[in-house]
Amino acid sequence: MRKIFVFGFLLVFAAVSFFPQVTQAQTKSEAFKDNIYETGTLKPRDSVLKVKVGQKAPNFTLPAVAGGKVALSQFHRKKNVVISFVPAAWTPVCSDQWPGYNIVKDIFDAHDTMLLGITVDNIPTLFAWTNQMGQLWFPILSDFYPHGKVAQKYGVLRSDGTAERALFIIDKKGVIRYIDVHDINKRPPLENLVRELEKLK
Amino acid sequence: MKRGFWLSLLVLSTLLLSSPAIMAAGPPPVGGTLPDFTLPLPEGSAERDYLGLSSRGNFTVPDIKAKVVLIEIFSMYCPFCQKDAPNMNAFYEAVEKNPNSKGKIKIIGVGAGNSAYEVNVFRQRYTVPFPLFPDPDFTLHNLLGETRTPYFIAVQIGENKSHRVIYSKLGSFGDVNAFLETILKASAMK
Repeated sequence: MRKIFVFGFLLVFAAVSFFPQVTQAQTKSEAFKDNIYETGTLKPRDSVLKVKVGQKAPNFTLPAVAGGKVALSQFHRKKNVVISFVPAAWTPVCSDQWPGYNIVKDIFDAHDTMLLGITVDNIPTLFAWTNQMGQLWFPILSDFYPHGKVAQKYGVLRSDGTAERALFIIDKKGVIRYIDVHDINKRPPLENLVRELEKLK
Repeated sequence: MKRGFWLSLLVLSTLLLSSPAIMAAGPPPVGGTLPDFTLPLPEGSAERDYLGLSSRGNFTVPDIKAKVVLIEIFSMYCPFCQKDAPNMNAFYEAVEKNPNSKGKIKIIGVGAGNSAYEVNVFRQRYTVPFPLFPDPDFTLHNLLGETRTPYFIAVQIGENKSHRVIYSKLGSFGDVNAFLETILKASAMK
């Protein structure tokens, strides 16, 4: 009988000790003050990929926050492209992802790579949100209408209408070289992306 | 059997309340102490010399050879931390220039949720002159109260490695000379 108590106790203790690290593994920049909406822990992945490594990347044309439109095809034969889908504006982990890319333009340049940031939010929301990040060097594209059409095409649109936290690397020939549909609750470590960019040479 | 149950319950609740992972309801307040944690010894000898550490393995903040240690909780991904980086460097310079603080105030940074690679990107981008430590799993960030970033904690180191928090605040401290005065006064070094 005593053994059961000890075991039960250890189990509960272990579970409770572990809990805070699972649910709150994120930091928030003071830049966003109290404007970050707490999503809680979400299902890590909630979509099925429709593209794979080695395939031609489906083309798309989307409106950019800075004005005008950006098409994937305009980088064909000129630049490699990293597409960074993030779930939604004003959410915890996403708000702390692009500002990091913003200080490593030299790494992207060194690998002759353009970065495109995409969410399913509309332009005004993206404008207000990305303004908190400082001046971004890469285009932010709105996949708002028809809602999540590009995310849908790539198979990273979640059942609640947000996008996955996903990275795609597309080479100059327009071929998908790397896909990371990341656990939505976690930020992909920068070194993983850089390692893949190094393989493009 | 009944006594066993109540006993386990008592032990369980005591442990739950005293566990730092659960206790971390907020950052350490002024007058309080740091939670228990260790940091890995920096690989570079210049950084080890700066901290006055020679032994191998891990160290604690009170092991640092200083009267006051300023801890910056930052992230490579945080726009305010990026913007504040030159100011942090200016504070480091101010400390090193002032005979009242040189060798007595030491600065370290903890990169909340940042891998070693990411911390290194931040160090190189802003030529950070003081040691930065990665915290990829948010372990320290959790222990230190899951603050927003940048967050600053200044700790006064006393006799026998005792210590006391003398500053604990969110956001850039602004003017470096005014902040240095604040720290010198709070630690009675001036």
